[in-house]
Amino acid sequence: MLTFTIRRLALAVPTLVFIALVIFLLLELAPGDPMAQVPLTVPPEVKEKMRLALGLGEPMHVRFWKWIVQFYWIEPQVLIDHIFGTQFAEGKLRMISWQTRSPVMDIVAQRIPQTLWVVGTAYVVGILIAIPIGIYSAYRQYSWFDQLGTFVSMVGFSVPPFFSGVLVIVIFSVNLGWFPSIYDTTLQVVDWDSFVRQLQQMIMPVMVLALQITAQISRFMRSSMLDNLNQDYVRTARAKGLGEYTVVMLHVLRNSMIPVVTVIALGVPAIFGGAIITEQVFKVNGIGHLLIGAIQANDLPMVQTLAFIFAILIVLFNLIADVLYGILDPRIRYD
Amino acid sequence: MTEPRHDPVKDPIDTVAAIVAHDHTTPLGGDAQPDRPPRSQWLDVWDQFKSHKGALCGGIIFILIVAGVFLGPLFWSIDPTHIDIRARNQGPSLTHPFGTDQLGRDIMARMMAGGQTSVSVGIAAMALALFLGSFVGVVAGFFRRMDGLLMRMTDLFLALPLLPLLLVMMLLFREPLNAAFGPEQGIFILIVCAIGITSWMPTARIVRGDVLALKEREFVLAARSIGTTNSKMITRHILPNVLSPIMVSATLGIANAIITESALSFLGLGFPPDFPTWGRLLFDGTDYLQQYPERVIWPGVAISLTVLSVNYLGDGLRDALDPRIRGR
Repeated sequence: MLTFTIRRLALAVPTLVFIALVIFLLLELAPGDPMAQVPLTVPPEVKEKMRLALGLGEPMHVRFWKWIVQFYWIEPQVLIDHIFGTQFAEGKLRMISWQTRSPVMDIVAQRIPQTLWVVGTAYVVGILIAIPIGIYSAYRQYSWFDQLGTFVSMVGFSVPPFFSGVLVIVIFSVNLGWFPSIYDTTLQVVDWDSFVRQLQQMIMPVMVLALQITAQISRFMRSSMLDNLNQDYVRTARAKGLGEYTVVMLHVLRNSMIPVVTVIALGVPAIFGGAIITEQVFKVNGIGHLLIGAIQANDLPMVQTLAFIFAILIVLFNLIADVLYGILDPRIRYD
Repeated sequence: MTEPRHDPVKDPIDTVAAIVAHDHTTPLGGDAQPDRPPRSQWLDVWDQFKSHKGALCGGIIFILIVAGVFLGPLFWSIDPTHIDIRARNQGPSLTHPFGTDQLGRDIMARMMAGGQTSVSVGIAAMALALFLGSFVGVVAGFFRRMDGLLMRMTDLFLALPLLPLLLVMMLLFREPLNAAFGPEQGIFILIVCAIGITSWMPTARIVRGDVLALKEREFVLAARSIGTTNSKMITRHILPNVLSPIMVSATLGIANAIITESALSFLGLGFPPDFPTWGRLLFDGTDYLQQYPERVIWPGVAISLTVLSVNYLGDGLRDALDPRIRGR
């Protein structure tokens, strides 16, 4: 198992380098010009200097190498400095956003907590709702509850977040006036009142995201339970006189959770990606919102870094899912 | 497999019996002839498909939507770009069943025009993704030397952050394509290519798995022994047998492409503002959310209903094309 994990870790490095190259080349070979917004009255030699100041003067492979070094070498040093108060990254050149002229990673670090709060809560809520639904729909297959569950998850698959988000805004904030339609990121939770307000503004985005997550995971849970309910060991457990609760909740559920846990791990990065739209609808000031803003402002270092962070998340959670699968299921040991 | 409560018919012999019994109970089911025992595979598929109520409804609704969107303008002849500033912001009436927008354009005509774009994008992007996915899947499954390379490539593509990359592609390639093909054609090509290139991977994986299993079957060996060439083998023996996963992927692909296109339009990175699509109409409607919420509801319901019907269609197709559960 350990060798497998190490091998997968070693394989993740070239994957990440390849993805970094794809993102870099996509931005590089694209015909857009970062100087296109500069007024025509600016003379060409000044434009050339501005280009150099943005770090665009050097050949392509040098810039790719610099970006990789900044991402993998300098930024971790900054993080270590920040945690332990050391001076490793003193005077080193960091990735600078063209839009704000401040280090890209600082802005990302400011935005991540909002995303984690909203998306993380939604993920936990979604999973907590989905698992019981999946168990019961499988146990009573083709009952009215199962049919309803199928329909609800189909709706969850089909209604895009930019519609369900707008719909809950119309219902709960325009018509009923219960919750604010815009997420206020400046709100500090200090006492009970502000905690209630924080809850109120989180309910709608969490609802929208949780619907999608519940739809997916309850389907997986159901089919995984169905696979296991017909196995021989279930019959054996029933035959030796175990109660129905013990059979389903201990024997079947444990085995059914194996694929579901990996699906949950695989879904984490997709949630970050999918949350881009939800963050946009509710004006949550997270990293998805940051990406859209950077794309609209043509801020290439920011776009590059954010896209790469999403890629790292995907690779990381793929790895976690693989390792989890091996740990949970002794039949699958990759050695 | 003696747990009858969850799976009434699991045994293949029972399955055949069930199909035959089903035929005798409905002697005049249109195309089902009880006196003719050998039945084609597609009749079985159609019978199973018919018994899935959701899939049948989904199929009918999808056909209705496509017909309404493409044939509707023949009957509803108001130009979707016609501006009538004196009739702006009207509620539903006989002249404008869905009302008019802030420039007095008829929303029903715009919904039809928008639907044409959304559905065409969905179908074209699905076709592209399906072609790429089937090609990669068949080649990887059939030729062992290509397998490792192509599957590593699929894994790499699966690890790409798709929505951010799509957004970046939109940002970067919009202008040159606009210049080359005109604003509408250019963005259409861009969106179809972008969605197609980023959504072929699941199809490729499924098709490869099926091809690998098919390759070991006796009929392939038999065909090989009479000297069938590789290209004939693929077109005559492999492709028809992997048609069912491809068809299921096709329905899911349409749903995925429609949602992605609307998402791009909603984020303001899709079609140009004066060119209606469902996502764009929804995006424009959010500005008037407080006063006229119905402007958001119409396109939203159209997108959701189309995707829901296509998803049900895919669900039914999957059941109908899977011989293990057909006739259950």
